[in-house]
Amino acid sequence: MHASGPQSKGRLLKLKLNGRWREDVVAESELLVDYLREVARLTGVKIGCDGGECGACTVLIDGEAVPSCITLAARCEGRHIETIEGLATQGRLSRLQRAFHEKLGTQCGFCTPGMIMAAEALLRRNPTPTNSEIRAALSGNLCRCTGYVKIVEAVEAAAGQLHDR
Amino acid sequence: MTSPLSEFHLAQPRTVKEAIAARLEHPGSRFVAGGTDLLVNMRRGISGPDLLIDLSGIDELTEIKTNGRGVTIGSGVTIATLARNTLVAARYCALLQAAEAIAGPGHRIMGTVGGNLCLDTRCIYYNQSEWWRRANAYCLKSRGDICHVAPQGQRCHAAYAGDLAPALLVLGAEVDIAGAQGHRRIPLGELYVEDGRAHLVLADGELIAAVHLPSDPPPSAYAKVRVRRAVDFPLAGVAVALAASLANVSSLRIALTGTNSRPFLLAGTELFIGRPIDEKLLQEIDRLVQKQVQPKRTTIVSANYRRAAAAALARRMTAKLFAERMA
Repeated sequence: MHASGPQSKGRLLKLKLNGRWREDVVAESELLVDYLREVARLTGVKIGCDGGECGACTVLIDGEAVPSCITLAARCEGRHIETIEGLATQGRLSRLQRAFHEKLGTQCGFCTPGMIMAAEALLRRNPTPTNSEIRAALSGNLCRCTGYVKIVEAVEAAAGQLHDR
Repeated sequence: MTSPLSEFHLAQPRTVKEAIAARLEHPGSRFVAGGTDLLVNMRRGISGPDLLIDLSGIDELTEIKTNGRGVTIGSGVTIATLARNTLVAARYCALLQAAEAIAGPGHRIMGTVGGNLCLDTRCIYYNQSEWWRRANAYCLKSRGDICHVAPQGQRCHAAYAGDLAPALLVLGAEVDIAGAQGHRRIPLGELYVEDGRAHLVLADGELIAAVHLPSDPPPSAYAKVRVRRAVDFPLAGVAVALAASLANVSSLRIALTGTNSRPFLLAGTELFIGRPIDEKLLQEIDRLVQKQVQPKRTTIVSANYRRAAAAALARRMTAKLFAERMA
């Protein structure tokens, strides 16, 4: 077992964050979302509810989209965490980011990072999803501006499915 | 920043034996698998263990095995893995449909079979933030003296809302429970009791190791009603397994979730054996469900609606399974 005793509260956490390995001392009770926002300063990860209902905190762990607000940072040892900040390369937006911009998939923008990360996981495993597959993949993410139509269109555009009308 | 969790230590055992030993050594500890239920409750101050024993690194819990007698599903198998399993899809339709209907895609990646079976019971007076519950003088389930749902009563009416249990009940599942004394195996229905405060019969240090399914169950289905089509727990969920010979019932099992403090098999369906599956029979099923479910005002939707919805689901799914068989 990796445990010592209940009095031990911190541990060295080594993980890959947006492609780069890093090490930090984290409390064992620290949530991944707090680690990402407060320690790594990746504030694109949002906190929208009090426990896994809104999807604003969605990040990729080893390529799978999960809510970071109910994930313990200490359980991410050795894993690859990706946030919205990791998608653009050298200032160039990713295809999904570009599609959200061009198809007006963003209104207030608060849900956007979570939406894009959930969609990113979908497009990596299924590059040509149907409309209902996109809706299913985004079903854990809430948009309070209710801009779902444009969001789904943006994902379709990124997948190269939406022909100009 | 989220309001921080109360401090705890995280143990990451590699074997079931180590996990049980750690749990028994620390009375204030809790097992955690996916964490999608427990960590939400911890964020809300409902649960505050000083040690979390992480079961996710125990390889022996993550297998799906098959032999001539049936299929064994490890409690650590994630819901997403279960929903992708071809054997489950081919033989245990209700289980597949239940797995696909759990929470949202992210929860299914994290959540496990064992975690879903051991899901805490839920109530609008319980699944709230610390300040909300404190302002309401807490409740019978946690730190309070009265049940706000039934103030005259002596028990907690929080509802069990796991989706896998009803599907597994109609499929005739048994659970393998590991404890300090070794393993014991019981029918799944015996895992639960009708008490929202303590609905599981697991003793301290016991955990569900696996679920066993018989090899050749009848056709089955699961469906649930909820406000939002993802993430939300069922207001009522129903599983049906129906075997028919010509147009008559040869076996019928119906199980429910979301309406009582435990998932349960509807009693009395054996009386339908040999009967033709017609409108009269469907109406009797409807009445039987309405009689046995005990929804209380534990959700934002009325108890009457949940009672009617459970009955309607049972009726419709029985008819649908029959129609599919005849097609």
